[in-house]
Amino acid sequence: MRHIISVLLENESGALSRVAGLFSARGYNIESLTVAPTDDPTLARMTIVTSGSEEIVEQITKQLNKLIDVIKLLDLTSYPHIEREMAMIKVSVDEPGDREEVKRLADIFRGRIIDVTRKTYVIEITGEGSKLDAFLEALEPFPVQEVVRSGVMGIARGDVALQI
Amino acid sequence: MSETSASSTAITGAEIFVRSLQAEGVDLVFGYPGGAVLHIYDALYQQSEVSHVLVRHEQGAVHAAEGYAKSSDRPGVALVTSGPGATNAITGIADAYMDSVPLVVFTGQVPTSMIGNDAFQEVDTVGITRPCVKHNFLVKDVKDLATTIKKAFYIATTGRPGPVVVDIPKDVTADSCEFEYPESIHMRSYNPKVRGHTGQIRRAVELILSAKQPMIYTGGGVVLGRGSEALTEFTRKLGYPITNTLMGLGAYPASDDQFLGMLGMHGTYEANMAMHHADVLIAIGARFDDRVTGNIEKFCPHAKIVHVDVDPASISKNVKVDVPIVGEVEPVLRELIRALEENGGQPDADALKAWWDQIREWRGQDCLKYDRDSELIKPQYVVQKFWELTGGDAFVTSDVGQHQMWAAQFYGFDKPNRWINSGGLGTMGVGLPFAMGVQFAHPDATVGCITGEASIQMCMQELSTCYQYQLPLKILNLNNRYLGMVRQWQEFFYQGRYAMSYMDALPDFVKLAEAYGHVGMRIDKPADVEGALKEALAQKDRLVFLDFITDQSENVYPMIPAGAGQNEMILV
Repeated sequence: MRHIISVLLENESGALSRVAGLFSARGYNIESLTVAPTDDPTLARMTIVTSGSEEIVEQITKQLNKLIDVIKLLDLTSYPHIEREMAMIKVSVDEPGDREEVKRLADIFRGRIIDVTRKTYVIEITGEGSKLDAFLEALEPFPVQEVVRSGVMGIARGDVALQI
Repeated sequence: MSETSASSTAITGAEIFVRSLQAEGVDLVFGYPGGAVLHIYDALYQQSEVSHVLVRHEQGAVHAAEGYAKSSDRPGVALVTSGPGATNAITGIADAYMDSVPLVVFTGQVPTSMIGNDAFQEVDTVGITRPCVKHNFLVKDVKDLATTIKKAFYIATTGRPGPVVVDIPKDVTADSCEFEYPESIHMRSYNPKVRGHTGQIRRAVELILSAKQPMIYTGGGVVLGRGSEALTEFTRKLGYPITNTLMGLGAYPASDDQFLGMLGMHGTYEANMAMHHADVLIAIGARFDDRVTGNIEKFCPHAKIVHVDVDPASISKNVKVDVPIVGEVEPVLRELIRALEENGGQPDADALKAWWDQIREWRGQDCLKYDRDSELIKPQYVVQKFWELTGGDAFVTSDVGQHQMWAAQFYGFDKPNRWINSGGLGTMGVGLPFAMGVQFAHPDATVGCITGEASIQMCMQELSTCYQYQLPLKILNLNNRYLGMVRQWQEFFYQGRYAMSYMDALPDFVKLAEAYGHVGMRIDKPADVEGALKEALAQKDRLVFLDFITDQSENVYPMIPAGAGQNEMILV
């Protein structure tokens, strides 16, 4: 089963490789991993999307907790939560009619065109992974040049908060 | 966030290093100098509180530090240079990681300005050691040095112990700042849990008292956690049978009737059978290692399991347990004893009597028997005689292989911290440097190293260290001219195709020992074993290398073959 694990860790060099190394050393799946400093610059927050049986995910959370740099973590899958992923997509629009059609699709998916040239658009779109997949599918008839996806970020709804 | 004391004027990083070790109460460092640590060696040279032992290879330094730590209540400390110094130390670090040995390993590093430039003797030590340390640090600023050393000792020795590497660039040891050693340390990301959950302890006691066929299974955690006394009290109070893992031997006195011997792949018939038939298993400071469980699908099929461990990640990792208790074993055992008293219930005496009758029947199998009338020296006999002649009170190290199993089976350890071996990583070559570390920690004790002619050659050069420091070790080389355990597997599972398991062109160990300044003896008749051991033990101030020419065909029994259950042993 797919799990989203949010991790608060010391914002120190090497902390990321400790987490990445743990996953590869123990053979755990890692679908995506995003990390950035938080409002407290000594802290980084990481969102890891992984999958495995309940036993494996239990081991993953225990092994993460065992890393000295990890302060706290939360398996968001256990709570009502929101997840978002962002993508930037560069698409060629120099065939007649493509500019209008791609703009319409972007509007339908609430994407924004953030760069325009005579030949290309860059579209920014945010949502759950499945929405991003659907948008990319809708863009299939058009020559997509590049896709950058951020990986998943997540946060729990309501009072549940991952903080120290 | 740390409280500090005793400030002074600026001193160099190298001096801070030495002063920090003094503040930690470190009396001994095992190491080997080199370019990146020259400032540190210069500072060590100018004081006398911290002694330094010069080994012959950095692997030996780390293993010696392990031996020192495993046999005492202090962490081991090693100091090596950058590059090859650090890579040579890796095997020891990985060994300490697998067996949870509290160790602080200091590695030199090229100057910070040169890191990443492929400088002379540069490796990414923090990167290379990351998967085999409890934690590691690269100190980039002399101002962080004292606090980092404090953290390193704190992390290495608390919770589930383990090795911590501190990588120190050369310029950091030359730079100066004020020295303040933190008195205590608090890390928001590291709070080793100590006390067991009261509710879980109550549940455990109910389960323990409900048992008809109970079994206590304890591991290295009881030795590391100084829980031996509490374990003995707990076990005697219940009257239940107990087994120890390879790493846990000595935690419960081997000479006691409730002790069923070691369990696992080469464990006793009675211990493995009792595990298999148990209805309640009390696991303490053990991690359900594959050499213990055999085929996990067939492991303890009837048992409800209580598991006490300081490391939550060890619980339900390999085997799902019913009552997990996270906590240090000693206080948890004390709480279990108290909870047993408060509960007031007693074990089911009739059921227990029937269970012991069954166990005695299994014991009757006499699974460790061997041919005592053989004309060849039986390795088991050598170990047994050594045990007899030392009154079971020596410190014993071993290497890895058949001789290790015979040492575990035939030297009955009545006390913890006496049996020093490599269980997790299974590192050949540890025996001699382990023994050096033990002898340094216990200068007056008898320290035996039970080894084989293959393992001993892996860190042989340390015989030179032993001579320099006049360590009176007794090395029992069970020389069967084979990589015995490899040969045994090839006999059992590869139809006797002995690929590369024969040790051809062996050195003359007697001459070799003498070349290093020690006493060498060669023994090839069973009748001479006792006399030779007595003679060796009488030479209190000399290292004696006893080369026992043993029966080449002897195998370790019982044996649970790979993939089999605990009740499916090959018996002699």
